[in-house]
Amino acid sequence: MTRAPPRSRVDPLGAVLVAAGAAAVLFLPFVLLKANRILPGDPRSFAQVLPPWAALGCTALLGVTGVGALWIASARARLALALGGVVAVALAAAAAGDALTPPGDSVVRIAPGGAFWVLLVCLGLLATDAATRLKPKPALRVLFLAGSLAVAGLALAHGIFDHLSVMREYAVNAARFAHEARRHLALAFGSLAAAALVGLPLGVLCHRLPRLRPGVLATLNVIQTIPAIALFGILMAPLGALAAAVPFADRLGIRGVGAAPAVVALFLYSLLPIVANTVAGLKRVSRAAVEAAHGMGMTGWQVLTKVELILALPVILTGVRVVLVQNIGMVTVAALIGGGGLGAFVFQGIGQTAIDLVLLGAIPIVTLAFSAALVLDALVEILDRVKA
Amino acid sequence: MPRAVTVLRLAALALLVGFLVTPQSFAPLFAPLTQYGAPPIYDQGNLLTLALAQLATVCLAAVASSIVAVALGILVTRPSGAQFLPLSRTLVNIGQTFPPVAVLAVAVPLVGFGEKPTLIALFAYGLLPIFENTLVGLRTCPPAVLEAASGMGMSARQRLLSVELPLAMPLILEGIRLSLVINVGTATIGSTVAAKGLGEVIIAGLLSSNTAFILQGGLLTGLMAILLYDGLATLERRLLRPVTLD
Amino acid sequence: MITVENLSKRYGNTTVVDGVSLTVERNSITAIVGTSGSGKSTLLRMINRLVEPSSGRVLIDGRDTRDEPAYLLRRHIGYVIQGNGLFPHRTVAENIATVPRLLGWEARRIEARVAELLEVFALDPASYAHALPHQLSGGQQQRVGVARALAAEPMVLLMDEPFGALDPIIRAKAQDDLLDIQRRFGMTVVLVTHDMDEAFRLGTQVAVMSGGRLLQYDRPAVLLTQPADPFVARMTGLADRAMRLLSLVTAGEAALPGTCDGPAVPPTATLREVLSELLWRGADSARVVDAEGRVRGQLTVGAILARGRP
Repeated sequence: MTRAPPRSRVDPLGAVLVAAGAAAVLFLPFVLLKANRILPGDPRSFAQVLPPWAALGCTALLGVTGVGALWIASARARLALALGGVVAVALAAAAAGDALTPPGDSVVRIAPGGAFWVLLVCLGLLATDAATRLKPKPALRVLFLAGSLAVAGLALAHGIFDHLSVMREYAVNAARFAHEARRHLALAFGSLAAAALVGLPLGVLCHRLPRLRPGVLATLNVIQTIPAIALFGILMAPLGALAAAVPFADRLGIRGVGAAPAVVALFLYSLLPIVANTVAGLKRVSRAAVEAAHGMGMTGWQVLTKVELILALPVILTGVRVVLVQNIGMVTVAALIGGGGLGAFVFQGIGQTAIDLVLLGAIPIVTLAFSAALVLDALVEILDRVKA
Repeated sequence: MPRAVTVLRLAALALLVGFLVTPQSFAPLFAPLTQYGAPPIYDQGNLLTLALAQLATVCLAAVASSIVAVALGILVTRPSGAQFLPLSRTLVNIGQTFPPVAVLAVAVPLVGFGEKPTLIALFAYGLLPIFENTLVGLRTCPPAVLEAASGMGMSARQRLLSVELPLAMPLILEGIRLSLVINVGTATIGSTVAAKGLGEVIIAGLLSSNTAFILQGGLLTGLMAILLYDGLATLERRLLRPVTLD
Repeated sequence: MITVENLSKRYGNTTVVDGVSLTVERNSITAIVGTSGSGKSTLLRMINRLVEPSSGRVLIDGRDTRDEPAYLLRRHIGYVIQGNGLFPHRTVAENIATVPRLLGWEARRIEARVAELLEVFALDPASYAHALPHQLSGGQQQRVGVARALAAEPMVLLMDEPFGALDPIIRAKAQDDLLDIQRRFGMTVVLVTHDMDEAFRLGTQVAVMSGGRLLQYDRPAVLLTQPADPFVARMTGLADRAMRLLSLVTAGEAALPGTCDGPAVPPTATLREVLSELLWRGADSARVVDAEGRVRGQLTVGAILARGRP
């Protein structure tokens, strides 16, 4: 039908991104110099903070990237340029941190400013666009993610960014960070495991007994509409009562506050995607395959486990992906009821108006959710391809 | 079955309105949940005012994100915006991995405390489901129908307004409903950054270990979300003809 | 009259339609046949400018189609496609009223036209006017598609595989309907199909395309007896070309004077059908009898066989 118009000489997306990036560099501060962690920052531009050679080099690199974004059509080249730009901006921020921090000072905070964030977003969009056009195979995508995380991890471990404000917050909270991160993962994956354990059989049951289906799905749908914070709160009452009445439950950690209501709430939220996708996946399995399996003399259990569930796996896994991403995000709210997790930093940061602390919580959460989505998407795609 | 649903719906509405207008008449129900003579009903503000404030914030954000998301969805599905399509689809996927709380938290340093960060977070997060559904709706219009529309002499604009958008409308409205429900929930978290809303009641309950507060805050928000979703679905069924595409 | 002059369409380095010229007479049906990828649909779509030609031009009644914006041009050209493309969100009546509304007809005139077309296409207005497309059968949907294309009384009707999605019995009925309607409204029809039988059955003229080029454009009988190209001969079918030739002539046209006591056949039957009937009955001759019961002549096996030779 309608064919994509030929690429015009100047790439329109490139033009928008270059304009935004250039405006940010010209009008927004690259870093903010704060006398301490909660005071508003003193804006510093790109040229003010870097040694002349570094400023020149970084500007040149960004210029090349901009020119490439405007006129180079090859997606591969655009991706390389965008990634180069990200590295340049990150290193420039690190260098600014080093340059502005007086030796031995631990009170002054160097926070990345508007220009830094806008540049990062623009370069990220450029890279995303190029990567989308390249249509990489799922395994390659996972490999690329692992590589990027490894590079970022190494850079952080090596202390390159130690003088930037978020890393200052990390330095103060290092022990707690590891603890909360583990807790965050445990909550997200634990409730997922519980939901899978219950949701899978429930989904199979709904598939086998269609009369059950509308009721179960409607109930789970209603649960989804209850705001997380409210569900956490509502669960505190019965769990608190349980702990008071049954000392054994209390010893197991089932209490009104803390992890228990969070896990139960996340479990309840997770049921809908798992059950609905199990039903949808089983529905998608062709009748012919099932009949053939019966015809070959498989028992009902064998048909279910060796044919139906295997064939439904990609759709079920899509449900798992939804749940995992949703859980990683929602565990954040659990911090409000003493459930812990990285959300603790976010809410503590909000309470203290310490944005660096908010970021210390928020950045890992987003990274986690993004990685989980990417890995599971790749897995679903591989499974789908194997089946096809 | 349909009658039972209607009764349930009216009961939910009556409960919500009744609670908001005369909260004290529900005090005996919540009294057993309190300890040491704490008030069973939220007493630091008017529940009706809070609920209306939250509803206003949610609706304002939803209107803004609907306009922007539908406009963007239309833009990237036109030939002139086609180059932005692959990127925008990837962005929708990535965007959905951002937890609403993170969006809220990041908005605070930009605009300070109060309604504004909540509005921004709700607007930004509300964009995604609407944009995604607009895209799916516009891209899954049957090619034969579009070809027929052009073949009969509709201009691009006429085709968009009288064929593509009507066909995509059920999905777009579904996206708006979805984003409204998510927003009602997220707006309660907005109370942690001092936005007015029922989240205030829940937070107050959490801070003073008053389960009655938490429960009534949660109940009211939940009721509001369900009624909003259900009400819009009903409205949609009344306004739109059933369309089956196959 | 449609005049196609040296029309070409290129996408990058590939030429989809390559220098096609042909003239379609008024009040006729022209069938364009070809394998998939032969450029037949692209040629058709260049007539109403759903595809813009790379070079060459199209004249309709002497006027260059590029003289007005494409979407205005299309309002005066009926267009039917495979799978009919009915608007699923609009009723049958609204679907048919689409182009009259675009042209700004008065409500009363639109209403009258819709009622007329529903009647022509044997769709009872009481039960179908306000039905939605998905409530109709496949054959009914197809008829609404054609009615919609004819709503604004176009002089030209373009059809792209219009019967492709129908099962054989409904398709035969739809083909008969098209012949009736063409006679009734007298418009110029250009129809694209990959089915040679359909082309022969409907086409006053048949155009055979391959690889973007027009190989031959002639009456069906000429295509069979004097194929211009081996490909045309293959397309028209070497094995049963004699039978095809017979199916182009009706009993009424071929009847010889006199009568006999063989089986009665209607004058509208093709010679192929008459021959089949004679074989089946083991008879040597048939009487041609019209609807009023008058004998119009006779046909012998020998006379029929003679018609099957080039």
